[in-house]
Amino acid sequence: MLKGLVVIDRERCKGCGLCIESCPFGVLGFSGEYNSSGYNVATMVQPEKCTGCAICAQGCPDVAIEVYRLQPQGAKEAA
Amino acid sequence: MSQLSTQIPEGYVKVFSRPRSLSDAKYTYCPGCHHGIIGRLIAEAIDELGIQERAVGVAPVGCAVFLFRFYNVDFVQAAHGRACAVATGLKRASPNLIVFTYQGDGDLAAIGTAETVHAANRGENFTVIFVNNQIYGMTGGEMAPTTLPGQRTVTCPEGRDVKLTGHPLKVSEMLAQLDGPVYITRQAVYDARHIQMAKKAILKAFRNQAEGKGFSLVEIVADCPTNFQMSPVEANRWVVEKALQYFPLGDLKVKED
Repeated sequence: MLKGLVVIDRERCKGCGLCIESCPFGVLGFSGEYNSSGYNVATMVQPEKCTGCAICAQGCPDVAIEVYRLQPQGAKEAA
Repeated sequence: MSQLSTQIPEGYVKVFSRPRSLSDAKYTYCPGCHHGIIGRLIAEAIDELGIQERAVGVAPVGCAVFLFRFYNVDFVQAAHGRACAVATGLKRASPNLIVFTYQGDGDLAAIGTAETVHAANRGENFTVIFVNNQIYGMTGGEMAPTTLPGQRTVTCPEGRDVKLTGHPLKVSEMLAQLDGPVYITRQAVYDARHIQMAKKAILKAFRNQAEGKGFSLVEIVADCPTNFQMSPVEANRWVVEKALQYFPLGDLKVKED
């Protein structure tokens, strides 16, 4: 099973919520924490469900999301 | 705690990150604004085509006025609406450059209509990215030529009256009638699938220029959550339910060979 990890740049996030809305598995949610600009930043609330599909990152208007995916055992690391 | 400080566990590989052509500067756009997505798609296209060294953008007046801050490529700032005229000069003087303009509807479809139509009609060999969000964003949400019939803005609080102010200007349809352009398309970026399609269109528009084919314009139907006075999620829905009814997506002109 695919396993992913999303890293959100807190200072870039403007709390628009589009990533939360777009995630097909409900991985993301508002953290309730505020960055230095005063935005309620998004975070992984159900990290175990993330597949690393990067739909959230595709739709992030502030390009604040980096996506990582667990390589299956034995697979070569992507160049 | 900051997630950035979290160590990435072993075995994970990066599958998505910021394109190289985007600088580290934070966008100055409002939360949820589609400008940011479109800006990233252009940067990805520049990266994928390997044209970072010879790409020159022409920044407009409007919300994207600080565009030059967000890219690691060269930029020229044009006077309001004149991006296509500046791009014509750039491209004719240095044909080896990959020149693109990035304009909103207030810039391209209002004050800059003449420059745009004539650049398209001459078939100038550059790429135009046209962000149509149906409103004047930076100046505070006034009615634009592309504002939908009945849509409320601060200068038409009862909704746009087509008898008084005319119908929304369909720039892409208009330009597709001309013989000059080789590629005119309309795309949107409200979900992942359409973002991919928009990226393909932007790539094609840049390739057309690199191959010397001629004028390409990619219109992108975008939102403006702040001036629509909606949440970003509602504004996304507005694009699908309202804007795309008036501005249907698809290729309007594709001239092959």
